[in-house]
Formats: sequence, C-alpha cells, structure tokens
Amino acid sequence: MSVNLSPQRADPAPVRPRPGRHQQPSRRFWSQLDIKATPYFLISPYFILFAIFGLFPLVFTFWVSLHDYELAGGDAEFTGFANYASLLTDSAFWNAVINTVGIFILATVPQLVLALMLANALNKKLRGRLFFRLGVLIPLVTSVVAVAIVFTQLYGRDFGMINWILGWFGVENINWQNAKWSSWIAIASMVDWRWTGYNAIIYLAGMQTIPRDLYEAASIDGASPRRQFWSITLPMIRPTIIFTVFISTIGGLTLFAEPVMFGSNRMEGGSTGQFQTIAMYIVKEGFRDFDYGYAAAAAWLLFVLILIGVAINYTFVRRIGGTK
Amino acid sequence: MLTKIALGITVIVSIFPIYWMIIIASRTNTDAVSVPPILLPGGNLGENIARVLATEDAHFLQGLLNSLIVTSTVTISVVIISTFAGFAFARLHFRGRNLLLGSILITMMVPLQQMGIVPLYQLMVDLGWVGTLKAVILPYLLNGFGVFLMTQYTDQAVPEELVEAARVDGASTMRIWWNVILPAVRPGMAVLALQTFMLNWNEFMWPLIVLTPDNPTVQVSISFLTAAHTTDYVLIFTGTALSVLPLIVVFIAFGRQIVGGLMEGAVKA
Repeated sequence: MSVNLSPQRADPAPVRPRPGRHQQPSRRFWSQLDIKATPYFLISPYFILFAIFGLFPLVFTFWVSLHDYELAGGDAEFTGFANYASLLTDSAFWNAVINTVGIFILATVPQLVLALMLANALNKKLRGRLFFRLGVLIPLVTSVVAVAIVFTQLYGRDFGMINWILGWFGVENINWQNAKWSSWIAIASMVDWRWTGYNAIIYLAGMQTIPRDLYEAASIDGASPRRQFWSITLPMIRPTIIFTVFISTIGGLTLFAEPVMFGSNRMEGGSTGQFQTIAMYIVKEGFRDFDYGYAAAAAWLLFVLILIGVAINYTFVRRIGGTK
Repeated sequence: MLTKIALGITVIVSIFPIYWMIIIASRTNTDAVSVPPILLPGGNLGENIARVLATEDAHFLQGLLNSLIVTSTVTISVVIISTFAGFAFARLHFRGRNLLLGSILITMMVPLQQMGIVPLYQLMVDLGWVGTLKAVILPYLLNGFGVFLMTQYTDQAVPEELVEAARVDGASTMRIWWNVILPAVRPGMAVLALQTFMLNWNEFMWPLIVLTPDNPTVQVSISFLTAAHTTDYVLIFTGTALSVLPLIVVFIAFGRQIVGGLMEGAVKA
C-alpha cells in the first residue's frame, strides 16, 4: 500500500494536510480547534454532573459535619469536631460499626471462597455450560428488597422453612431476629445468596484467560489438580480477586436494604439494635431524628472505615499465592 | 459427575427462593404459613395481583411506572455520557487525560450516594424537588464504572488506525464518533445498559429518603407494603414477585449477553 494509515503514535497532532492540496486557513483553524477542544466537550457531561452530584455533596458533607445542623435550610452553628467526638464515644454508633463489620466478615469470607470453588467447577468442560452459568447468576437479577422479604419469611420463627428443616435435626425453633449471632447469619446469607454467583462468574472470566499450556506443563510435572489450583489458578487470577474484594468491601460496609427489610422496614435494626448497620444509623440520625450534622459526621467515619477495610484487604489479598 | 451434582445443587439453591416467591404469590395466606411448606402453584395469582393493585397505601402501579421512567432515563443518560467519555479517553489525545481518567477510577471507590446523602437531600429541598422523580434521577445520571467500561471497550473494539484514517479524510471528531465509534461499540453499550438498568431498578436507600409515600419507586412501594401489612404474606409476596418480574424478563431475553458482558468487564478490570 502506498498510503500508511497509521502515523507514529507519539505524533501529537495527527492531522496533516495531504501534499498537493492546500487547506483554507480558516478550515485549518476550525479543525485544530476541533482536535484541541472536542475531547473536553466529550468528557464534560461526566465531570459537570460529578461536580454537582459527587464532589459538592462530599465536600459539603464535611462542612455539615462540623456544625450543629438540625433542620434542612435552618441554622447551622459551628461546633468544630464535636460531632465526631461524640460519635466516637457513642455506644450506639460503635454497636452499628461492630454489626456492620461482623456481618461483612460473615458474608464476604464464605461468599468468596464458595465463588472460587464454583468458578473452578464451572471452568471444567461440561455440557450445558450456559445453563449452569445463568443458573448461578439469577439471584443477582432479583431485587435486593425482594430477596430480603423472601428470606425474612424463610427465617420466620414459627412457620419458616429454615427452622422446619433444622427441626429434622432436633434443633428448637430459633427466633432469628432476636440475637446478634442469628440475625447476622440470616442477613449474611441473603448477601451470599445474591452475590456468590456473580463473583463466581467474575472468577471464571479470570480463569479463562490463563493459558492452557501452563496446566499441561504442570500435569506433565505430576502436579495434582489441587496443587494446580493453588499454584497456578489462584496466583493468576489475583487481580480479579482484588477486584471482587474491593467491590464486596464497599458493598458490605454500606449494607442497607437487607437489614432494613429484615427489621420490618425500620432503621433501628431490632429491639436492641442487634443488626443495625452504619448506613441505617446514618439514615436514622439524619432523616428520622433530623440531626444532619451528626449523620454527616457518621458518613465521613463510614468512608474512613471503607478506606481502612480496603487497605487491610489489599495487603491480605496480595499475599495470595506466594510472593509475586 | 460430582461437579455436575454440586453445580446442580447450587442452581437449585439459586432458583428456589424465586420459585417459592411465585408459588406463594399464587396461593392463600393459610397456604403461605403451612408446615410442611407447600411447593406447588395454586390458582389465586390473578386475584392476588388485583389485591396488590387495589392496596391504596402502596401505590404499587405508580411505583412500577415511576421505576420504569427513572430506570430508563438513567440508563440512556449513563450509556450516552459513558460512550462520549469512553471515546475521548480511549482514542483522543488531550492534556490531562491520564489524570482525569485516574480521578474517575479513584472516585469509583467512594459510595457517593451514602456519603453525600445529607447535602444531596439539602440540594433537593432547596430546588423544591423532594418527592419528585427528578430527585431520584439526577444523582444517578453519571456512573464512573460506565466510563471505565466504555473506555476499555472502545480501546479494544476500535483500532487506532480507523480513527486516524477518518481524520485524514477530514472528518471532524463528532463525525468520527457518529460514523466510526458508535457502530463499533454497540455491544458494549448494550452490556452497560443492561447492568445500569438492573442496578438502578434495585436502588432503595435514596428513593426511600427523598420520595414521598404517595409517589414511590417500586422498591419503596413494596417496602411500604411490608411495613403496613405484616401478616398478609400473600399480598407482600405477590407485590415482590411483580417487582422482580421486569428483571426476570430482561434476564431471560438477554441472559447470554449479561453473562458475556460481566465476564468481559471482569477480564479487563
């Protein structure tokens, strides 16, 4: 070919007039302007909306959290870090933190381990692959509120199916809402039911990018399937695992709909707050008791908690599958 | 064989709660609490649906309609904004590109709807939009994940040479977007649209706060149904089943694309 359509990639101004054809100066101006300005025009909708509905609320939340800010549009008295100080000594807040972290761990660890096993199974050659993939993914499609309603019924004390099944093994009817441990298990199971298949599909995608010959070579060297899983599969999909851990951390620490519905659409999280999460606490303080400053401070502490959670998980996941 | 059995059990566990929801929706209240549980459909579905629609304090039909309006508006907006930005980030050269893309990736880690809940509410009060659909649409019009997905997709689906060739032929940037980019990234747009639709249909916390009980989204509507009719299981389950129905329809129609899209997105992340 006589025309090379791919100029050097480093060339900052890819438009060059063809030899022998003169461009009008004004046309050249417009095309230069187009090249310089249009990219910003294309990304501007995102950044303008982000400034209004993302950045501004974030900064303003911090401002509100430094005030005694009670009614929307009402007086705001500057109180410095008083909201934060009283939050940190508020046992109800700490109760919500402990509940959130507890449910998060109870939900996330089995979820990701199960998802890994499930992905490994789905990665084998079998008939009806699409059926199984769709089957494990269907919980994701149901709405969170719907899941919570159905599971709350399954966990019913007198007529719930879970107690009925446990009854076969001689277990007395459990009042699942009543105690911390039982309500945490119930809520964690709702999260697991919904998200395990999703994570499995994500892991499966990661597994399918691993070159087959790695496994073949390992087989020739006499490595068992179990050994291959630990030494090849896990290290190779580590970026995917980090991704799912991030998503689960953010989702888990902002848990809201499941515990709200489990507690009959109230923000208290049971009679003694045994399953009230931080998100519920924020809504209760801000939109039931109208203490906006306090709620805003709690929102920022939630953010700090997420950062801590992500940092801990990151260092933890980095260790998976050796030192690489 | 063992693998198949394990997978089979997983699929049953996955489907059972949805199946049972529909069973109860077709039954009566005495059936709903019978032990051992009833696992076959009954003949009351039509009657139960009529009861849900007639429950005044739930405003169920209004909720369904509102959710449809909110979700489709948000989906269209997210897809267009993301396709624009994805094109710019993947195929155009401009100062600050990496910095701006990086800032989007970082903000994806911030749960904006929960972090900014107080100011967002204040903003809606000031604008007089509390109780209106605008209040639930506007904060969701953008999505960092969408921009990220479309950037990856454009980068992979549109060869750099194609864009350069169009440039040499004198096409303007918008013309390139229309004639070269848009046809190539359509599958990516479809996947993003499906995911945005599902995510937004499920949104609960913000609509619960900013909407009034007489003008809810469908999730808020069933939560009211639950709070007000605690012992009418059939009513609650029928409402719940109806709220899930649109998602199930989408899933059955586009299941293959949803699985494919999730897997593609995951590999690129």
